[in-house]
Amino acid sequence: MKFDDEPVPGYSLPILPGHVSPGRLERVLRAGKFAVTSEIDPPDSADPAEVLKRAAIFDGYVDAINATDGSGANCHMSSVGVCSLLTRVGYATILQISCRDRNRIAIQGEILGGAAMGACNLLCLTGDGVQAGDHPQAKPVFDLDSMSLLEIARAMRDEQRFDSGRHIAVPPRIFLGAAENPFVPPLDWRPHRLAKKVAAGAQFIQTQYCFDIERLREFMLKVNDLGLLEGPDRVFILPGIGPLASARSARWIRANVPGVHIPDAVIARLEGAENQKEEGKQLCMDLLNEIREIPGVSGAHIMAYRQEHTVAEIIKATGVLEGRVPWYPGRDDPKELNPESSEALLS
Amino acid sequence: MYRMRRWVVRHSRAFEMIYRRFEPVLVKLAPVWRRLGHERIEAPVRSVEKAVKGALFDCQMCGQCILSDTGMSCPMNCPKSLRNGPCGGVRANGHCEVKPEMMCVWVDAWEGSRQMKHGDRIHAVQLPVDYRLEGTSSWLRVVRQQDGTSSSTAKSETTK
Repeated sequence: MKFDDEPVPGYSLPILPGHVSPGRLERVLRAGKFAVTSEIDPPDSADPAEVLKRAAIFDGYVDAINATDGSGANCHMSSVGVCSLLTRVGYATILQISCRDRNRIAIQGEILGGAAMGACNLLCLTGDGVQAGDHPQAKPVFDLDSMSLLEIARAMRDEQRFDSGRHIAVPPRIFLGAAENPFVPPLDWRPHRLAKKVAAGAQFIQTQYCFDIERLREFMLKVNDLGLLEGPDRVFILPGIGPLASARSARWIRANVPGVHIPDAVIARLEGAENQKEEGKQLCMDLLNEIREIPGVSGAHIMAYRQEHTVAEIIKATGVLEGRVPWYPGRDDPKELNPESSEALLS
Repeated sequence: MYRMRRWVVRHSRAFEMIYRRFEPVLVKLAPVWRRLGHERIEAPVRSVEKAVKGALFDCQMCGQCILSDTGMSCPMNCPKSLRNGPCGGVRANGHCEVKPEMMCVWVDAWEGSRQMKHGDRIHAVQLPVDYRLEGTSSWLRVVRQQDGTSSSTAKSETTK
């Protein structure tokens, strides 16, 4: 999809009427296309080339790239750093902010800084507990929660003010997102909690890994009943999926990664396969095919940790983009090529 | 105490009624509190509040009590201090991601709120905590708010 007002890379698109951000993700979603997002695992390195290399893997297959913020409470390059590098060559990014590591002063500064660098999608997260990561001795901040973070970000954009009430000269033009986990208790509250997030300002939702399609169906039915998928304030839902590497790794994830619900049947299917890695990929494709048929789903968020190269294959095989080629540096003009792309694609 | 606070959640409806009777009495006594001086009574009231609510709810004295909006389950016992609902890390058995031996404060809150008359207040978005109020009496703060007066100990209340 090419917009006729597509600017030079790194520059923002004009904001259309009824839109809040100058980004491609909001445009694709509001145009009713099935959107695909994926995420970069930020490097344990200060090398900018490494970031561009990791992004190039997704060239032509994703509408926006999430840069995780200390995911699993592990230390990596910051989300705003990754987003800034990516927006410089024109990628659409989703800046993630978790409440675990910063207070409201730092967070609001980061929202402005990120928006100034062209990161016009913001995912507001609570964050994993520090016990999950490589610095369990760290102080958990949690000055805000994902809900109050949304509320504050929305007020910064729509009311041009900090939480303190102080005026913001040029507000951040950001499309606001949040996470939801429809697969863990209290299951019957999850749709209502989503409604609360929408009331606080969420415009798109990326969910935790979905391996249980029935739970997702029930969740989507209730979300629809709550009227969250209609009107100008509607929310766009992108369920999270990803390939499992093996039955063993699925068991490990289930036991050690907070909030990932993997039914026994999924593990049994992997165990019964000759090539578990291939089966994991196939399972992911099957899930994607089922998810796209669920009424109200607007796209998918593919989290292929350490299997990023499979994202293109999964998208291609399922055909969810319906022939659409999301913008990437060099798509329309070879001069704009991501400098690291040829290397990344060869490796 | 963990067992006590879980018992309270199971009887959230009764505690909701107690609170609904208790609050107007406190507010009605506003002239008395005023005459005594909020500054002077802050310390003793705070001690009583801490003892009572500590025993019943494991109250952390955040100074801006929202128990009646959270099914009588104190959200400050959540290791992430979430005031707007559970995180995505709740275990399959309903226990906490950070403290596996503890039931999720919000799973309890949801159960508690369903028994309450005004349980739907759990759907309201809560503002972030004002840390200046930490350790102060929530009861006296309610009195000042409802009474429409504010004493000098009322550290500037959240203005939103």
